[in-house]
Amino acid sequence: MASLAALLLLLGGCGALDLGVMNHAGPVAADQWRLYKIVAVVLIFVAGPVLLLVPLIAYHYRLDNKDDAYRPNWGFSWSLEALIWLPPIAIVAGLGVLLCDATHQLDPYRALPSKQPPLEVQVVALDWKWLFIYPDDGIATVNQLAVPVGRPVHLSLTSGTVMQSLLIPQLAGQIYAMAGMRTQLNFAADRPGVYRGLNTQFNGAGFQHQKFSVVAMPDREYRHWLTLRAADGQPFDDNVLKSLMQKSVAQRPLFFSKVPPGLFEHMMMANMQKEEAIR
Amino acid sequence: MTDPVWPMLLGRFTWDSLPFVRAWHNPTTNELIAAAAGGIVVVSGIAVLVLITVLRRWRWLWTEWLTSLDHKKIGILYIVIALVMLARALVEANLMRLQQAVAVGNPGFVAPEHFAELFSTHGSIMIFFMAMPFLTGLINYLVPLQIGARDVAFPVLNAISLWLTAAGAALMMASLVIGRFSTGGWSGYPPFTEIGFNPGVGPDYWIWAVTLGSLASTMTGINIAVTIYKMRCPGMKLMRMPLFTWTSLCTAILMIFAMPPLTVATALLALDRYLGFHFFTNALGGNMMHYANLFWMFGHPEVYIVILPAFGIYSEVVSTFSSKELYGYKSLVIATMAIAVLSFTVWLHHFFTMGQSASINAAFGIATMAIGVPTGVKIYNWIWTMFRGEVRFTTPMIYALAFMMTFVLGGLTGIILAFPPLDYIVHNTLFLVAHFHNMLIPGTLYGLLAAYTFWFPKVFGYRLDERWGRISCLCWIVGFYLAFMPLYVLGASGMARRTQAVMETAYRPWLYMAEAGALILLCAFAALIVQLWVSIRRRGANDVFVGDPWDGRALEWSVSAPPPEFNFARLPHVDQAHWFYDAKRKYAPYAPPIAYHDIWMLRNSAVAPVIGIASGAATFGLVWHMWWLAIFGLIVIFAAVVARSFVRDTHRVIPASEVARIDESWREATARAQPVPREIETSPANQGLALVRS
Repeated sequence: MASLAALLLLLGGCGALDLGVMNHAGPVAADQWRLYKIVAVVLIFVAGPVLLLVPLIAYHYRLDNKDDAYRPNWGFSWSLEALIWLPPIAIVAGLGVLLCDATHQLDPYRALPSKQPPLEVQVVALDWKWLFIYPDDGIATVNQLAVPVGRPVHLSLTSGTVMQSLLIPQLAGQIYAMAGMRTQLNFAADRPGVYRGLNTQFNGAGFQHQKFSVVAMPDREYRHWLTLRAADGQPFDDNVLKSLMQKSVAQRPLFFSKVPPGLFEHMMMANMQKEEAIR
Repeated sequence: MTDPVWPMLLGRFTWDSLPFVRAWHNPTTNELIAAAAGGIVVVSGIAVLVLITVLRRWRWLWTEWLTSLDHKKIGILYIVIALVMLARALVEANLMRLQQAVAVGNPGFVAPEHFAELFSTHGSIMIFFMAMPFLTGLINYLVPLQIGARDVAFPVLNAISLWLTAAGAALMMASLVIGRFSTGGWSGYPPFTEIGFNPGVGPDYWIWAVTLGSLASTMTGINIAVTIYKMRCPGMKLMRMPLFTWTSLCTAILMIFAMPPLTVATALLALDRYLGFHFFTNALGGNMMHYANLFWMFGHPEVYIVILPAFGIYSEVVSTFSSKELYGYKSLVIATMAIAVLSFTVWLHHFFTMGQSASINAAFGIATMAIGVPTGVKIYNWIWTMFRGEVRFTTPMIYALAFMMTFVLGGLTGIILAFPPLDYIVHNTLFLVAHFHNMLIPGTLYGLLAAYTFWFPKVFGYRLDERWGRISCLCWIVGFYLAFMPLYVLGASGMARRTQAVMETAYRPWLYMAEAGALILLCAFAALIVQLWVSIRRRGANDVFVGDPWDGRALEWSVSAPPPEFNFARLPHVDQAHWFYDAKRKYAPYAPPIAYHDIWMLRNSAVAPVIGIASGAATFGLVWHMWWLAIFGLIVIFAAVVARSFVRDTHRVIPASEVARIDESWREATARAQPVPREIETSPANQGLALVRS
């Protein structure tokens, strides 16, 4: 029974971690994973002494053990005090420098260093789907974000409804999307593949289905994909906008062409002016 | 079914608001669960009323408990509320884990909206109606005893706090029977909880339950702080106070400063919802970021409000069961105060992902790590307390040891989350859920249960069954690891929290493991109930009326168990820290006082139950838009306060002869009792008189 359970965990468990940052597919997630490992190693030295000393001292100074000194009125020592205050302060100071540096390096607003200009994609969080607008190509998709491998991607995010949070575990950490505001996220994919993206901020009954896929493909394929979408995409008009604003789950990705310029700004500001519909 | 019924009288009530009606029309497992939960509330409520009536206990209940201003009885009532709410929230946790384990690639048996209600009530209850009342009850009971006082500074206010908490808890229970609870989580983030997106009664239930809880806690904070500042017995200088009293003081200060932002946040949200304001809406200049700031300005100190008292408990437990002076008392006090102050400087780490600049994130990240230093120091203080001691592995001590080992793991993942770039990956995932349970279960729940086991003999006069205590303790520990370690893996694999169904089959084995852990945690609670039952039946054999079963150190152990209502026949005069511990070794601690005096105690007062019931009714009226009920409730509250201010005859005298009779009978029992050595302190040989060894 136990071995069966262990086998199950080995088979299924490793699969689970492959969906996360451990199996990174871009420079941002790779750097995050590297940072993760550095911090983890440092933390072994923080937790190690406690994990060793607690059972050791509790067991050694148990009541049955009569061979040891019993000093009921001893309760202070300057050298011990130094030992318990100074190393943690030193570790936190060291980690603080690392943290400050890493936070600036991995700032989601910071453009990735690259010779190519970043691909601009605008993201609107809707109930319960993601709208991706490619302003330079006049197309838009729902629940599918196609990107060329190797070229940095710059996302601008807003929400057409409540607050949501965009996460692509294998590529980049998350950022909130809020109505009337624009947040940003920079990332790139290193290798072709389909990566899972999701909303992590609960927003109602369809939340668990609000997933999208990031399709990273070589540049030539990406260009082909663009022309395909411009050709077969449904023209984006007011009816499309109206139906997208409805609360619904998109069963499969949708594609739109002839996206009007300024759609993102329009959707970002739309909420600001109108009174909310009160049912 | 969806039309309002008598809207003038019943406001927004429709027949569809009743889970029983919904289950009748649509008998799915989901609706049947909701109906069963509502049924349990109704049936057990009626059963309690019938039982009290049959046993003719109404008068007793009213005079001995409900109107009592005795800090000890108020403390016990708080803990009763906490245990009832713990049972509910634990069952909800099990339902959620079962649903997730079942719902891999299919919708499972709990509908999405219902699942959202479950995580919202689970979180709100565990924080506001389990952890808070439990620790408030302990503080209420123990602090006056530890500082040598007869009651808290403001006993009526104390009772009102209890009754407001009870009203909030009742509102949580009412949401099971009538209507639906919020789906916005325990933090209730707008704009999701705004009327445009959630027009139902759910967010209103949440708003008013939490508001009642936060008002009660603000007043408790004021009460405890003033009690500790003003009511200490002669000689009890600040630096002579037991550590539990110190941590209670820090918690009280945190309550005073951290609860008002929450009250303001929920009040502004209520203005948005009731009167069309736009504080946090998407439209017309509202901004939900303000809510996030207000909420976490409360929310982060809140973490320490619930953890600091547990640190105090562990200090008492480790010191007592190592029979040794607490190592580094002063450094522990400094560390506690440092934590209390630093806890106000880290709130932004709850939303590193809101798009602020890297420098802001870095500053708050470093502040977050800094708070780990005094926390780490405390763990070493307890380790050095055991050093050269005589450690006994009693139930409270096992909780303390499990806490130290487990809490440090939570601290590690806390440092990881303090790094903004790492937080970006695991924020809002099960990693975060695992982290805060890893802090709060060992850091609060184990502490509360250790305190329950440790002080139970003081409160009720007999020890709890040790065997069932250990079984329960073991289940809490094993269950915790099984239930939450898998969540770290799932979070690192990108599984969002609050997910009702799962599409990734790779998650399945970990979800099974977590569900197994949740079941063991449920067993742990069951074992706790069995322990209570067994202990009540064997109370004769485990009697510790003398009151000092563990060779205790602080003043609460120097009186009988249970203590007389006046606590101390004569207020103690102390000349050092752990005066009682030393007195047992150097003087005669059980020598009678030279003379007895009359003692003035407060008379009972009905004002608190009246205010509690009226505020429960008023907020229920607000939830359902039964405006007459809301107005009526508010008038009753106002009238009760005015009426109370006219009551002149608030005290009664316990004559010196009565004090002498009570005190002497205890001192006789003390003289008769056999001192018990440490080796057999958990056996029936323990009559509450510790064998003193220096």
